[in-house]
Amino acid sequence: MKVRVHNHWPPGHIRTPSYLRGKIGEIEREIGLFNNPEQNAYRLLPQKRHLVRVRFTMEEIWGDAAETPDDVIEAEIYAHWLEPA
Amino acid sequence: MPHDNHDHGALSPSGHPYRKDDDNELNYWQIMEIAVRELLIEKGHITAAQVHNQINAMDARSPANGAKVVAHAWSDPEFKSALLADAGQASRDMGFDIGPMHLIAIENTESVHNIVVCTLCSCYPRNLLGLPPDWYKSRAYRSRIVIEPRKVLSEFGVEIPQDVQIRVHDSTADMRYIILPAQPAQTMSLSEDELAYWVTRDSMIGVGLPQAPK
Repeated sequence: MKVRVHNHWPPGHIRTPSYLRGKIGEIEREIGLFNNPEQNAYRLLPQKRHLVRVRFTMEEIWGDAAETPDDVIEAEIYAHWLEPA
Repeated sequence: MPHDNHDHGALSPSGHPYRKDDDNELNYWQIMEIAVRELLIEKGHITAAQVHNQINAMDARSPANGAKVVAHAWSDPEFKSALLADAGQASRDMGFDIGPMHLIAIENTESVHNIVVCTLCSCYPRNLLGLPPDWYKSRAYRSRIVIEPRKVLSEFGVEIPQDVQIRVHDSTADMRYIILPAQPAQTMSLSEDELAYWVTRDSMIGVGLPQAPK
C-alpha cells in the first residue's frame, strides 16, 4: 500500500524525520501499537498509535541528486503521520 | 627524578600529549542526573549498588553476543526463521537478557545489502550489542548514510555492486535493528563457535562484512 507522509512541521518531540515529510513510500510491514512519543515525551498520558515501516526510494527522497535511485530507505512512521497516496 | 622537573606540557613516552584532567563544571543535565539519582537513593526507591550493577550489566554486553546469535542463525535454519520473525524473542530464547527491547533482524542476500542508522539520535540495539561505536552517533554518519550510503560504505572499505540494492534502515521509533550478514562461502564447514569469530560488530550494523578472524 502506498502512503504519503504528512508535510507538517509542528513543534515538539516528533519522531518523523524531516527528510521524509511529504514523501511517498510503500508500507513494508505493520509493527503494532506503541505509545505516541509526541505525548510520551511530555509525560502526557500517551495514546497508542499504530507503527508501520515504510519503504521509500532514494529517487523519491532526493530526486535527481540520488546516489543510486533504486536504493531505498526504510523507517518507522506512526500511522497518524500517514495518508493513502 | 625530582618532581619540579615534571613538565605538564610534555608528551608521553609514546609521543602523544597527556589527556587533560576533567576539571570542567558539571552541566545542567549532569547536575539533574545526580540530583534525581541521589533523591531516589535517599528515599529508598533504589540503591547505589543497583545503579552500579545496571552500568556493569550494560558494559558487559558486547558485539560478541550478537555474533553468537548470527552464528546460530547460520548454523540452524529453524532458528534463522525464528530470528527473522521476531529477533527479540529469538535472542531471549538463546539466553540473552535484552530487557524490553523490540528487535528486528534484517537479512543480507545476494541482491540486498542492509545498513542501520538512527538519523534522529543514536538508537542502537544496546541491550544485545552493548554501547554503539562513537562514529555511529556522529552527525556525519547519521546524515551521510541516508544520502550517499555507497560512498560511506566505500570509506569503510566495503564496495557494494550496483546490481545489489542498498536498504538503509532508519531506527526512527520503537524498533532496534541487527543485520544478519550473508554467511561467507568459505565458512560452510565451520562449527557454530568458529563461525561466531567471523561476525564483526560492523557487519551487524551493515557497514562491514564478516571477516576471517586474525
